[in-house]
Amino acid sequence: MTDARINAADDQAGVDPALARKVSAAAAAERMAWDTRSRRMVTIYLPLACFVLILLFPFYWMTVTAFKPNAELYNYRENNPFWITSPTLDHIYHLLFKTAYPTWLWTTMIVAVCSTFLSLFASTLAAYAIQRLRFKGSQYVGLAIYLAYLVPPSILFIPLAMMVNWLGLFDTPMALILVYPTFLIPFCTWLLIGYFKSIPYELEECALIDGATRVQILREITLPLAVPGLISAGIFSFTLSWNEFIYALAFIQSSEKKTVPVAILTELVTGDVYQWGALMAGSLLGSIPVALFYSLFVDYYVSSLTGAVKE
Amino acid sequence: MDMAATPPTRWVRPKRELGAIAKLFDWKPFLVFICLLPAVGLLLVFLTYPLGLGIWLAFTDTTIGRSGRWVGLENFEFLIEDRLWWNAVFYSVFYTGIATVLKFGLGLWLALLLNHHLPFKSILRAIILLPWIVPTVLSAIAFWWIYDPQFSIISYLLIEMGLRDTNVDFINTPWPARWSLIWANVWRGIPFVAISLLAGLQTISPSLYEAAMLDGTTGWQRFRYITFPMLLPILAIVMTFSIIFTFTDFQLVYAITRGGPINSTHLLATLAFQRGIPGGQLGEGAAIAVSMIPFLVFATLFSYYALARRKWQQGESDD
Repeated sequence: MTDARINAADDQAGVDPALARKVSAAAAAERMAWDTRSRRMVTIYLPLACFVLILLFPFYWMTVTAFKPNAELYNYRENNPFWITSPTLDHIYHLLFKTAYPTWLWTTMIVAVCSTFLSLFASTLAAYAIQRLRFKGSQYVGLAIYLAYLVPPSILFIPLAMMVNWLGLFDTPMALILVYPTFLIPFCTWLLIGYFKSIPYELEECALIDGATRVQILREITLPLAVPGLISAGIFSFTLSWNEFIYALAFIQSSEKKTVPVAILTELVTGDVYQWGALMAGSLLGSIPVALFYSLFVDYYVSSLTGAVKE
Repeated sequence: MDMAATPPTRWVRPKRELGAIAKLFDWKPFLVFICLLPAVGLLLVFLTYPLGLGIWLAFTDTTIGRSGRWVGLENFEFLIEDRLWWNAVFYSVFYTGIATVLKFGLGLWLALLLNHHLPFKSILRAIILLPWIVPTVLSAIAFWWIYDPQFSIISYLLIEMGLRDTNVDFINTPWPARWSLIWANVWRGIPFVAISLLAGLQTISPSLYEAAMLDGTTGWQRFRYITFPMLLPILAIVMTFSIIFTFTDFQLVYAITRGGPINSTHLLATLAFQRGIPGGQLGEGAAIAVSMIPFLVFATLFSYYALARRKWQQGESDD
């Protein structure tokens, strides 16, 4: 390779102007040879635009469908399917006033918020104990909690359904609030261990010397410093529990106690003719709370995602 | 009293007299116990115990409303002869294999694209993560609508462009349905892979590339000998996760095809659900769920040992 370049450099005065340009560009140390504008266009912006287009298209399609009147929805011949000529709120109206959609939203919200707080409480304490109290075997407890994250819900839902039945929790949101922490706690604990690690231990030592108790240290020093970590863990838990499906499908029977993802699929899909407008409106409205929540905290979200992966 | 007896330095340790309860909470073993209790307790009750219970159920003939008795390997013997189970095993492996390759290929490409200096980088990153944030079932319903036999927008586009004369049959015959589900899964998985790998890419020191460029390497060589090896540890973790959660996927398939047409797209998880909850055969459902475990252990060990366990990746030598 190097030889080839030297040879090329020797021939620089020669014939091929394209090659000559390339070689001189390579010789200019800081400038990257391939960084010319048009090439950048083709190799970076074009594929990136394709990715963004494909990744976003289903959402666009969801939105367009949700606001289209049925006459346009099923007639591609006379209307451009990518656009809405006479937007309508019919589907949303139907969803909000003719179905139990608001109840589903409310249930989902309660379940997500309660299980998030429960898991945050449990995992903060656990992460503090593992990372800061440093007892014998603490890293094994940490490892065990991490491994718990690798147990997928698809393996657990049948025995859990039986347990929920025994506990008399079948068909109650309480069942979901208690079960969701099984996948939230491992994740949050893992995240918070990483976060606690970044808080200087010296701060706690100073407090110890000043005669603070461990509980005081946790409450007045470590927790206030860990707020960003707690926010990340909280957002993540909220999103994960909002999106959960299989447990909610298996444990909840009565229509008004279902969560949004389950209810849309089981209550709105009726008969052979699907109400695509209402289905898409339901999906759109069900996505908005998480999307909103996410966009407010996107930096925390990305940092917790990547931080958790890097740990 | 004791405090008064230490006059030389006149320093008084500002420790208050603690009550018995406060003292107990300052005693480390007790504190550790209390701190771990909620998390470990919840996980033991709702994760470890059900895991054991599930394995036990797999060896019984429990149905809904009737506690089962031990039947030994009968459930598994039944599964071995069950064509549907073999179908599900095949599709689970196929689905996981193809989707993982596509997700990581495309995800890595997207991560490399995002690693350039771009305008609006943070907005771009936020947009790209969207498919991963939105509840899977809801985006799956959107895909269901996109794959509609009559009103599929993809069919419309292809016909408008003159590439096809008839609507594409996405989910009504076995093979197209299998591929359609895989594409939906890939669509959902790319953002996670891309953003995690991007984080990995950003930790690679630019000086490595500068040195390599001084040596006159090509772009491919820089990717092959710098980017890729430096990315392997993170790749291994992300891949382990991705494989586990793709293999045990439930939502996408349940939302779009429910295992149909003619049971061709059942994954093990959807088959277990179908037999266990609506079908009421808890024992058999549990056996199907338990039959996922060996595949999961194998996949985890494979991705972990194949990718993460080589010394040079941990930075111990500069190969």
